[in-house]
Amino acid sequence: MRQLAQEINTRFNELGVEIPIEEIEERLDKMINKFKVPKEEARRSVVNYFLKLHDINRGEFYTGQSESPLVRISDITEDGKWLNVRARVVQLWDNNHESISQVGLMGDETGTSKFVVWDSAGVGPVEEGKSYLFKNVVVNEWNGKFELNVNKSSSLESINEDIEVGTATVEFRGAMVDIQAGSGLIKRCPHCNRALTKGACMEHGKVDGVYDLRIKAVMDDGNFVQDAILKRDQVEEITGLKLEDAIAMAADALDQGVVLEQMKNQLVGKYYRMSGSKVERYLLVDSIDPVFSYDKSGLDELIAASEVI
Amino acid sequence: MSGYSREVARRVFAQEFRESNLSFKDGDDQYAPQYLLTPTGAKVNRVFIVGTLIEKEDIGTDSEYWRGRVTDPTGSFLIYAGQYQPEAAQVLAECETPAFVAVVGKPSTYTTGEGDVLTSVRPESIYVVDGQTRDLWVIETAKCTLERVNALESESGNSQRAKEYYNTDPRHYSLMVSQALGSLKETY
Repeated sequence: MRQLAQEINTRFNELGVEIPIEEIEERLDKMINKFKVPKEEARRSVVNYFLKLHDINRGEFYTGQSESPLVRISDITEDGKWLNVRARVVQLWDNNHESISQVGLMGDETGTSKFVVWDSAGVGPVEEGKSYLFKNVVVNEWNGKFELNVNKSSSLESINEDIEVGTATVEFRGAMVDIQAGSGLIKRCPHCNRALTKGACMEHGKVDGVYDLRIKAVMDDGNFVQDAILKRDQVEEITGLKLEDAIAMAADALDQGVVLEQMKNQLVGKYYRMSGSKVERYLLVDSIDPVFSYDKSGLDELIAASEVI
Repeated sequence: MSGYSREVARRVFAQEFRESNLSFKDGDDQYAPQYLLTPTGAKVNRVFIVGTLIEKEDIGTDSEYWRGRVTDPTGSFLIYAGQYQPEAAQVLAECETPAFVAVVGKPSTYTTGEGDVLTSVRPESIYVVDGQTRDLWVIETAKCTLERVNALESESGNSQRAKEYYNTDPRHYSLMVSQALGSLKETY
């Protein structure tokens, strides 16, 4: 209770009002211990009492809480948290709900998140491509994803800075259980860089393709499946097969499929650790390492764990 | 998000796989996936196995039909590959024994005339790997199995169902895990 009183005292101090901590404590004590009021209710009531006494606007007391920590988007992990975010509005989406004024995607260096500006917030509108300091917004978890809500106790500050939008780095360790079609030596469209299927681009039709290496791998750790895409650099590194050699191999065999066949034989069934950014269901791999050996102390721990059951 | 998501390849030791016999479908749909529930509550539609291929034999009469036996520290898996698993059958036909192999496949069950249920694996793919990969698999499978054994007491549907059906003794499987792990230490 002392702590609660201290918190209230500090908050009032910030607003320039000195309230003796004993006085707060006495009121809290009466509410909580004598009248059995729940703690949070007691707190609210005591705060309201002093607000009235000193003629302070309620909004000022609560919204002024710029103590909401400044958080990076990838660090948002908990539902119901209040925070500040510096981010750029990446995209605005169609909105067909009357109590929502805007909805879209915002991002900072670490990742992106959906956001909702409620009509009742009375702020904005925000513009696509501009950066803002979103103050006192609240995290909401929906369908396993986090989104940020701008509501009536939030505020927006436009900032004159281009925030580079990046993506969070994800790691995955597991066995490669399959390599999908469209991997190995492929051809890309010279205009749009799309992978060709049967020599044709979806957009530009029959074109003279440019060779490239890529692997669409299915990674599996026994609990989750992760689709991963390896670009040419990673493919060359992990297989030791250079693009020129792959082209020569294919020319020799008169078949592009031999490259994929060799890669499957070399990679599938083995364990890898990879990291990269996650885009929809794919992990776009930046680095990949084979896992060669296990940790001996980990083995002992596991044996010990199996013996206590 | 599409409605389809690939089934996770579960990690199960041969002994537990052999001791499984509860096979069921989720839903009545013709295309509903088939599952095998193991005694520790793994709901298996796909398995990933790394072990030693010790025997192989073409038991087909008209066309090739390969049977392989893959061992891990607790026992062996039987693997059947025929004309509908051409890649896997080809690997079985060509590779030497013994060899370390990684198998991704679907569990299948067969009920004998006496009513015993035999489990086997219908491989989607077989690749030759190395001894390190096999050791990594043993550790990973041990970890996954222990997690399931520990979860037997939980409210999870698979754990509950497995316990009711098999009357699973957790000690039986924790002992299997510790022996499997112990075998890794002997080789060094």
